Amino acid sequence: MEQKQFDKLVERQTPKPVLFVNILKAFLVGGTICTIGQLITFFYIRFFSFTERTAANPTVATMVFIVMILTGTGLYKKISQFGGAGSAVPVTGFGNAVISAAIEHKSEGYVLGIGGNIFKLAGSVIVFGVLSAFFVALIKTILVKIGVVSW
Amino acid sequence: MISSLITSFVVGGLFCVIGQILMDAFKLTPAHTLSTLVVFGSILDGFGLYEPLIDFAGAGATIPITSFGNSLTHGALAEAEKHGLIGVITGMFEVTSSGISAAIIFGVIGAFIFQKRNTTY
Repeated sequence: MEQKQFDKLVERQTPKPVLFVNILKAFLVGGTICTIGQLITFFYIRFFSFTERTAANPTVATMVFIVMILTGTGLYKKISQFGGAGSAVPVTGFGNAVISAAIEHKSEGYVLGIGGNIFKLAGSVIVFGVLSAFFVALIKTILVKIGVVSW
Repeated sequence: MISSLITSFVVGGLFCVIGQILMDAFKLTPAHTLSTLVVFGSILDGFGLYEPLIDFAGAGATIPITSFGNSLTHGALAEAEKHGLIGVITGMFEVTSSGISAAIIFGVIGAFIFQKRNTTY
């Protein structure tokens, strides 16, 4: 009984400060990653023929390349221990999940190990992204066809 | 230039704050959090709200994983506008190829270069 009361007390007392600190860390780390992305975007607009909107694609590819080095050297693990969602939500977290799965399962062979497990951690993002995009686009297309909304 | 760096910092940071709240307050795993955010981004684009956000925040909106859901939906809608319902399926990966292809390519290259350590993820 006393132990239960103690647990309740702990549960009631601890989450708030931890939540706030975690949110602050996530904001700082995530914001920094996006600012680096913005700098890379400037680079592609300035030196290659990309516009504000099309520069997103090469920016993402460049950031995934940087993450490959950070993941392989183990640095991204340290960033994500500090940043929490701040390092998981940007596309770098997606890249880290894919690349670390590839490195992790290399020993099982190239086809079954790398090929079979590369989307082990990040696959859910693709699956639910595609599913929700399908339903959103389907609903909107039907609504446009029957004249409720316009493109 | 400085102002767009600041907006991308703030908007990108806020997306991560939403993710952190989902993880801490709603006790979701990272995979659940990222899936939720992708669905969130795709719904935002269904209402036509994500492109204005990209115009405003630049990389602050294109770097978080929500932009993946946005560009999937955007490609599907653009193709559906041209070819009707079948475009919903054919257009899906039209815009967003780079994130997945880069992840696969650099994932395999990384697996060639780097050795397994217990700290990669």
